[in-house]
Order: sequence, then structure tokens, then C-alpha cells
Amino acid sequence: MPAARQLELVINGERRSAEVEPRTLLVHALRDGLGLTGTHVGCDTSQCGACTVLLDGRAVKSCTMLAVQAEGAEVTTIEGFARNDELHPIQRAFVEHHGLQCGFCTPGMILTASDLLTRAPDPDDATIRRALRGNFCRCTGYQSIVDSVRAAATALREGEAA
Amino acid sequence: MEHVRPSTLDEALEGLAAPDAKALAGGQSLLPVMKLRIVRPSVLVDIGRLELGGVHMSENELRLGALTTWNELESAQELERPALAALAECASGIGDLQVRNRGTLGGSLAHADPASDMPAVVLALGAQIVLRAASGERTVSAEEFFLGPFTTALGPAELITEVVFPLVEGSGSAYVKVEHPASGFALAGAAAVVRPDGGQSVALTGMGGQAFLLASDANPVDALPDAEIYGDRFAPVEYRRHLAGVVARRALDRARERMEGTGE
Repeated sequence: MPAARQLELVINGERRSAEVEPRTLLVHALRDGLGLTGTHVGCDTSQCGACTVLLDGRAVKSCTMLAVQAEGAEVTTIEGFARNDELHPIQRAFVEHHGLQCGFCTPGMILTASDLLTRAPDPDDATIRRALRGNFCRCTGYQSIVDSVRAAATALREGEAA
Repeated sequence: MEHVRPSTLDEALEGLAAPDAKALAGGQSLLPVMKLRIVRPSVLVDIGRLELGGVHMSENELRLGALTTWNELESAQELERPALAALAECASGIGDLQVRNRGTLGGSLAHADPASDMPAVVLALGAQIVLRAASGERTVSAEEFFLGPFTTALGPAELITEVVFPLVEGSGSAYVKVEHPASGFALAGAAAVVRPDGGQSVALTGMGGQAFLLASDANPVDALPDAEIYGDRFAPVEYRRHLAGVVARRALDRARERMEGTGE
């Protein structure tokens, strides 16, 4: 078996290192190696999106990426969203608009929404639904998630204007 | 399994000479089949950071680097013209946002899933695929490239470096699919090109072992009854043949509207 090696990357703004094998998936390096268990494994077959993280700002499924592919990159997980105990505007919108029930899919939803909202700050509902196509929720139906993302978009735009 | 990340194309080609070596680009096709133990490489040659991306437009052709992602294709302003609209239209319907952020043109063509979308577009647009090995470079047409399910003309130690599309001024193109509602893969997909001289091409995907061009003397749709089409539990043969006609006609109509400037 090939030896494990030290992987260096920047996670949530902090330089971190973890011991990984070449075959280790990024999601396992995050959860098991670095203790960042906010990134969830739902399906392990790149369908459900619960494992979504940002890689250099873009949403990716961390179950469909080797940890070594992220070497040197900037990874953002859900743990990187709240600042000083204050929820990120996208998180707050999910709370206020009932964007979750059990919460399992929520980290992935928020990370995908974050990618969408950096590219399209004022998306219509069809654009939001299209962006969330790779994220499954098995509790709520999607309407309140779409409402949450729309509200988050407004909050982020207003925050920028302020 | 080993993982190597060569810093040059030559080093990558050297690495691919090892037995059971596999090139890893975005990994959106390769990692899922590795998880299923269908593919078990001894070495993964990670080409993801080589300079093989980019959309390069010249007067008479478009060159797309093999590492161009679906997301780059769907948002490339160079492709916002009727002759090439099928490319962005097809890319924007692949997988989901996360997959389009990572998945690459070259990776998908090399994987050659018989239900993947882009093979139909490269066939209809008459693309040439540039392959590089340690011994040199060769170019094969899209028609010569796809040989069967997950099977292509790509040799074990070769890499796709570029895909080259001829620019036919004044033509229109489109891609239309009926997709499986869960997987998003094409139950029937059609790419169409309509040219100002009256010529038209249609290529189909999701129909059988590989994407293919319909013989196109006059109306390509007339060749449908003779096309070899497979049935499966999602779509029996006759239903799929019917869908093929529907998507082919819609794609031709949309391509014509774009050529005439009456569509979007």
C-alpha cells in the first residue's frame, strides 16, 4: 500500500495539514482527518450534494474528489461560515425561512447557494432551483429552501450596499 | 494505488506509460467508476493542473483545451453565436452545478459514456480530437473517435489535449435532450447543425452503444428508421426511436431559428 503523506491545504482560512493516502476522498480527510464533521456523507455516489464544499470559491462534491487533488487549494466548509458566533447571512436566512427540517442536507445547500450567489447576486426562482439541482433534501420539499436562498440573496445585497 | 502530479505534459505522458495508469482530470466520471471497482488503476496521473484549458477562437476554428470545464463552456462569451450555441447549451444541461465546476470536456469524451451529452455535439459540429502520446501527436475526427460503450480510439498512453471545431459562418446549432429525471443522462439527445447552403447534420446520443451521426443527404430525420437503437428498462426501443425523432426535429428547428436569427 502506498504510504500516507502529509497534505497541506488552507481550510476556512487556516493553514492545515492532514495525513492522507492517495485514495482518500476529500470528504473523509475533512471529517476523519481534520474533525470537520459539518460536511456530510449522504450517498457517496455524487448525487445528493450533502458533501458539498467550496474549492477556491466553487462548489464541489467532496465525495467525488481525492484529498490530494485539493493540495494547496483553499477549501471552505460549513464551519467557515459563521464569524464570532454570528451566523452568516445565508445561514440566518435558512433559519428564518424554515429552510431545513432535519438539517442533514443543509451544509451542502448553503455551500451551493454560496457559489450561486457570488455569481448571480439576484437570481430568480428558476435559477435557484437549477443551481440546487445537485442537492437533495428528503424532508421539507424545496420551496422553503428556495425562499431561504432568495432571502439570503437580498440580505447579502443589502449588506454590501450598507 | 499511487497518485502523481506531473508538472508538464511530457511528464504526464511518461507517467501514463505505466501498466494500468489512468489520467485523472476533474474526476467526475473516473472517481465514480473507481468507487464501483470497475476501474482499478495502479497509478493516477493527475493532469488537473496542466495548462490544457481554455477557449481559443480564431477566424475559422474554435479550439477547446481538454481541461475546459462544463462551467467554463456554459459561460464562455466566445460561444454566444448561432454556429456554436449547441456547445454551451449542451454543457449547461450536464450533471449539476458541482459536477459542471469540476467535469472537463476531455475527461468526458475519453470516458465515452453512451448516454453522455457532449459526444453528440462534437459529432454534429464535425470536431477533430487532438491526441498526444510520448511518440507524437495525431488528430482523429469525432466520427473515428467513438467506437462503442466506454470505448474510444484513445490509446492507453495517450491524452486528449484539444478539441477543434471548424467555424461555418452563418450556420446555426442546437442541442436538445429528453433526460432521465433522476440521473439527468440523456434518454435521447440530439445535436443539430443547419448550414446556409442547406446542409444539415444531426447526431444522436443515449440511443445505444455510442453517439452517432444520422446519414444526412437530405433530411437526417429520414434516416431514423434504419438507425440501430437499443431499448432498456427506462425506454424500450420503439419509445426511444420516437423520442429520437422528437429531439432531432426540435434540435433542427432550433438550429434553423438561430441561423435565421429568429430564435434566442
